Amino acid sequence: MLKYLGQRLLYVIPTLLMVSIVSFAIIQLPPGDYLSTYVANLQAKGEQVDPALLESLRQRYGLDDPFIVQYFKWMSGIVLHLDFGHSMEWSRPVGELIAARLPLTIAIAGASIAIVWLVSLPVGVYSAVKQYSIGDYVATTISFLGLATPNFLLALVMMWFGFTMFGLSVSQVNAGTLIIAMIVLGTAGTAGLIRTLRANLLDELRKPYVVAARAQGLKESKLLIKYPLRVAMNPFFSTIGWLLPSLVGGEVIVSTVLNIPTTGPLMLDALLSQDMYLAGSIIMILGVLTVIGTVISDLALAWLDPRVRLGAN
Amino acid sequence: MTQQEMNVTTQTAHDSEGSVAVDSDIIMSIQDLKTWFHTDEGVVKAVDGVNINIPRGKTMCLVGESGCGKSITARSVLGLIDQPGKIEDGKVLWRETRDTEVVDLASMKPTGDAIRRIRGGQIGMVFQEPIASLSPMYTVGAQLVQAIRLHQNISADEARQRAIEQLDRVGIPQPQRRFHSYPFQLSGGMCQRVMIAIALANDPALLIADEPTTALDVTTQARILDLIAGLQEETGMSVLFITHDLGVVAEIADDVTVMYLGKVAEQGGVNDVFDSPQHPYTRALLSSIPVMGQDTKVSRLSTIKGMVPTPANRPTGCPFHDRCTEAIVGVCDTVEPAVHHVGAGQLSLCHLLDPEHQPPDSETVADDDVDPQEELAPKVDIAARTDNLDDPDRFPLLSVRDLSVDFPIKNGMFSRVTSHVHAVNKVSLDIRPGETVGLVGESGCGKTTLGRAISRALDPTSGQVLFSPDGSTQVDLATLSNRELKPYREQVRVIFQDPFASLNPRKNLLELISAPLKKIRGADNKDSSVQEKVAEMLRRVGLQPEYMFRYPHAFSGGQRQRINIARALITRPKLVIADEAVSALDVSVRAQILNLMADLQDEYDLTYLFISHDLSVVEHISERVAVMYLGEIVEEASTHELFTSPQHPYTEALMSAVPIADPHRRGSQIRVRLPDDLPDAVNPPPGCYFHTRCPHKAETLCDTDRPELHEIGDGPRRTACHWASELSLAGVASNQ
Amino acid sequence: MATTLLPDASPDASATTDLKSAKAARSGQLRLIWRRFRKHRLAMIGLVITLFLYLVVIFGDFIAPYGSGEFDADHTYAPPQAIKLVDANGDWGLHVHPLTLEQDPDTLALTFTPDEAQKVELGFFVRGSEYKLLGMISTDVHLFGATDPDARAVHLLGADRNGRDVLSRMIMGTRISMTIGLVGVSLSFVLGIIIGGISGFIGGRTDMVIQRIVEFFMAIPTMPLWLGLAAAIPRDWSPTTRYMLITVVLSFVGWTGLAREVRGRFLSLREEQFVMAARLDGASRPGLMFSEMLPSMMSHLIATATLAIPGMILAETSLSFLGLGLQAPTVSWGVLLQEAQQIRVIATAPWLLLPGLAVVIAVLALNFLGDGLRDAADPYKR
Repeated sequence: MLKYLGQRLLYVIPTLLMVSIVSFAIIQLPPGDYLSTYVANLQAKGEQVDPALLESLRQRYGLDDPFIVQYFKWMSGIVLHLDFGHSMEWSRPVGELIAARLPLTIAIAGASIAIVWLVSLPVGVYSAVKQYSIGDYVATTISFLGLATPNFLLALVMMWFGFTMFGLSVSQVNAGTLIIAMIVLGTAGTAGLIRTLRANLLDELRKPYVVAARAQGLKESKLLIKYPLRVAMNPFFSTIGWLLPSLVGGEVIVSTVLNIPTTGPLMLDALLSQDMYLAGSIIMILGVLTVIGTVISDLALAWLDPRVRLGAN
Repeated sequence: MTQQEMNVTTQTAHDSEGSVAVDSDIIMSIQDLKTWFHTDEGVVKAVDGVNINIPRGKTMCLVGESGCGKSITARSVLGLIDQPGKIEDGKVLWRETRDTEVVDLASMKPTGDAIRRIRGGQIGMVFQEPIASLSPMYTVGAQLVQAIRLHQNISADEARQRAIEQLDRVGIPQPQRRFHSYPFQLSGGMCQRVMIAIALANDPALLIADEPTTALDVTTQARILDLIAGLQEETGMSVLFITHDLGVVAEIADDVTVMYLGKVAEQGGVNDVFDSPQHPYTRALLSSIPVMGQDTKVSRLSTIKGMVPTPANRPTGCPFHDRCTEAIVGVCDTVEPAVHHVGAGQLSLCHLLDPEHQPPDSETVADDDVDPQEELAPKVDIAARTDNLDDPDRFPLLSVRDLSVDFPIKNGMFSRVTSHVHAVNKVSLDIRPGETVGLVGESGCGKTTLGRAISRALDPTSGQVLFSPDGSTQVDLATLSNRELKPYREQVRVIFQDPFASLNPRKNLLELISAPLKKIRGADNKDSSVQEKVAEMLRRVGLQPEYMFRYPHAFSGGQRQRINIARALITRPKLVIADEAVSALDVSVRAQILNLMADLQDEYDLTYLFISHDLSVVEHISERVAVMYLGEIVEEASTHELFTSPQHPYTEALMSAVPIADPHRRGSQIRVRLPDDLPDAVNPPPGCYFHTRCPHKAETLCDTDRPELHEIGDGPRRTACHWASELSLAGVASNQ
Repeated sequence: MATTLLPDASPDASATTDLKSAKAARSGQLRLIWRRFRKHRLAMIGLVITLFLYLVVIFGDFIAPYGSGEFDADHTYAPPQAIKLVDANGDWGLHVHPLTLEQDPDTLALTFTPDEAQKVELGFFVRGSEYKLLGMISTDVHLFGATDPDARAVHLLGADRNGRDVLSRMIMGTRISMTIGLVGVSLSFVLGIIIGGISGFIGGRTDMVIQRIVEFFMAIPTMPLWLGLAAAIPRDWSPTTRYMLITVVLSFVGWTGLAREVRGRFLSLREEQFVMAARLDGASRPGLMFSEMLPSMMSHLIATATLAIPGMILAETSLSFLGLGLQAPTVSWGVLLQEAQQIRVIATAPWLLLPGLAVVIAVLALNFLGDGLRDAADPYKR
């Protein structure tokens, strides 16, 4: 187990490095930079720009330095003083901006995961055990619909219902929009997880060890929980790995639709205005969270499944 | 009797009121059991009216080919039939002890409490795949403790203590340590011991064993059979043993039930059934298996024509009539045969026993059933085929010299090679033109790898594979590049083990069989001579030439193996490597294929390297046999010499483990039993690889010096045992 | 000699009874797959809908009553009109009642009411705006619409802010939305097969390096990567270039899964006995790859690819909705939904959400189709 842990953690370091490079590369991709976008905007309004001021700004942000130099400046700031750089759009430190919005983001993502687990576990188990029952068909239909509906569409429809039926206010964040956000994010994850759990459990239920355990006189309910379910539960722990990025992605869209001040809309704006440090930092933080999520789920899997832990096959 | 059991009996007493008249010597009476599967394609009557009485304290063997419903019968007993199967009719009357009341298991709700108390408590069950039958998520100890506490109201500590005792009882060394092992950390044999420990944890009155040794090696099988027999003696339990292997039946059974297509064909005491089989199917089965150590060596086995149809296509009348050589037209194909009692306790369902159909001369029935075609079979003159066998001026067809195949073991995330397994370790072997060399050994001994290295399906690590098609020049196949190898690919051909996996399902027979002609000789697709050749080849292997546009999915296992043979022989090869070519087949089909291979050998002057784990088949087909252990050949001799006087302890152990299909020879063999665990092939033991399991291990040499494979005696035979000349080892006893 | 084989030859006799027919025995892989697929009811429905959607893609201009840019300023947010069969006089004929615009004098709210007195007759194969069928044949015939080209515009599914016909725009949007997934998957398919194939077939160190790269790509969260890459495409580039780049962005993320699948299949196929048998039959390495291994996994790969298309459609829709994907004047379902971003707009004109329904239906259909294909992909499984 310790060896597995060590190997897994060793593997995280190069991944994190690559994530940071990619994050920085993405925001460098578009032609031009924040200043050129800024100038273009000003000129569109017919205003003049002072070239000397531009040059000084350029110097200050090191925009003329080669990619590698800019990257190292940024990274050393983060590693050494937790300084994520300066947002040009907001004229404030990036770290401050993100810190203000991260708690709500994490709260929404966490609540969504809780919803996903609480709903999909019983529904998935029911669906597999009572295969081809009416309940199974209903669950299957709903989960198929859930997978097919884009997050933002569901958010829009729910908002519309809330607005016309209950007079929901959508101009700013409130309990109503938060609930909608969690339900919307939960639905997508739940749908996928129900399908996976059902398929896995059906597979496991056909294994010889289930018949063997039944032949020992084990009760059906106990048999289900103790044997196949424990194996079929594996995807639940993998969800920490794949649910997090998908929630984070969905959250960007849903929060934008619902006007919830999380990191999502902040990143979107930053990307559109080429506010490089802000956009890069958010992408990187999300990437790092994903990597950490994957590690946690791998470790949970190893802890739970002796085959992973002891390296069978 | 516990309170729980009382409840069971009172609860179900009214169900069995009409049939309490079960003899107290019968522990279980299966009466007219029908288990049907309701599928989209219609009702499949997997078990259709089976009657079996299991005597108290005895072993009843249920025997039959695949698809005959024997496993379904066993599972029906405990209500373990999965959807869409259902027990349609019949009773399973169960009487745990002489003093308990009779209950009908078939009438109990499969998910109910009543049957649950019987499962595992009164009736234990063991399955075919030991590793898959244990949950991979828990230690074997935890699973054993659970089984104990399900039926005994004791504390966790007590259960743990008892579990360790149980592990010890089933012969698991270091039970304290093994308690904490996961199933995938143990060998198949160990897992089967654990399964047996679980099944017997609550001292059941009946043990149902469903092909418990089929997935295991013969040496392990022998030990598991011994274990079950020993435990039966100790506890007095009854056993219902399901198997397809008549050798196992002869070894362990008191009574036998032969099943065919969901129905009982014949039933009786083991000696009666083997000595005077009353049903043509039983007779045919018995004569289609090669029995080890029989001096009267027949070149052909008698066969049963055709194959077992699927239960959905069961013929009307007697299910066996369309394969039966004695079927009476107008009777057997229309009327289901009735039960006929023959002598004491033997019964058979066959129209031949109807008084009106009794043939005037009853001798012919009792006589050993000889396939009429066997007379026509040419007596193979082995000497003629291998006349230039000992010509010293000619090279052997194949000389393997110091051949080694290493497999790297990778580790860590960068897949570094950390060590090697020597799957084949410096093997030398000669094969002369026209002979059949058998290669035997337990699974993992490297016999398949050796075959693949010779055919260059994989690249050897070192050594030579000297091939001499004409006897005057030799080519080293081991070092040739793929392109240089091409002309030899048609000279050395392989028949694979798995008739299903070895044929690409996406190609029709013409494409499959003609592939080597096209790829090696560059024959054209439209070339009509290719089609002619394929048609001729199909005819030779017993398939209709019109089949060449069909796809493999349309054929049964036996037919596919014929296709495989056709593909191997289309290039008229010199050497054919048959890698477990008949292992996946039912006995009746196996005999057909073995006969076909023998015929083709004569016709095409073939040389066979016959790789098999089945010693009786190897004895039947080979002239010479090499025995492998842990990547090395430990003994090589002519078949007769090897089987009558082995010169290596491993050969002796291997042979003594093979169950012989003759109940009268039960116990006549010297019993050599090996410990289950093979040594780790990555770090083989010092000295003789076999010394860790060898019953004849001496104080010196064995654990220090590696014995070389050396010539011994006057015949051209070799052995790799330090003490070969000192030891007197037992072969298979011949029945004079 | 032949006589000795008679008993052995006879299995054929009983084997033929086992075969449903000699025809079944002669059916190749495609026919077996089709036979199994046909039993899958939902998959058949999915297939029909998918085929229908791609028909719409091909003949969109003809099916849509109006061009995607045609507008009618008087019909801002006009609601859907109901098709009537019998008019007030009892005369038969498909028609709708034209809309009249009224303003509430108190609230100043605009409301449309159908003018029951008048009717606009509808017909099939009517004349309308000119377009090029299949990009070649110039014509002005549309599948249906008002029989009189000068009559007031008909909006069966309502109109948007600029008075453009929602139905027509949805039909035109089908083109982009349905093809972007197809093109994107094809791209990632090619990438996946090449990279996964190299990895699985060559193995060893190459495999190890490629695997690490794939794993790394999979570790990056998809949505931020998509957003970042999409945002990197300059806004002022031409719609065609943007379309191409967006597909590249989408496939950039999709190929990893396919590459893994291809590799896995290659690795397991390499060990298959029939592949080894073909090697011993003298097949060369490319021969093994193209005549044995690829055909064996093609059906699985097509099923996987089909299941990947919905993801791409959803991603395009989301990106376009956020303004990072395609942009007007390009019409896709996502671009159309951009109109419905404001809750007040939705409250006024809920029919603007209809393109979302099209997305759901298309994604469901493709999912069912892919599921069915996956189940039928290996007709030889026993």
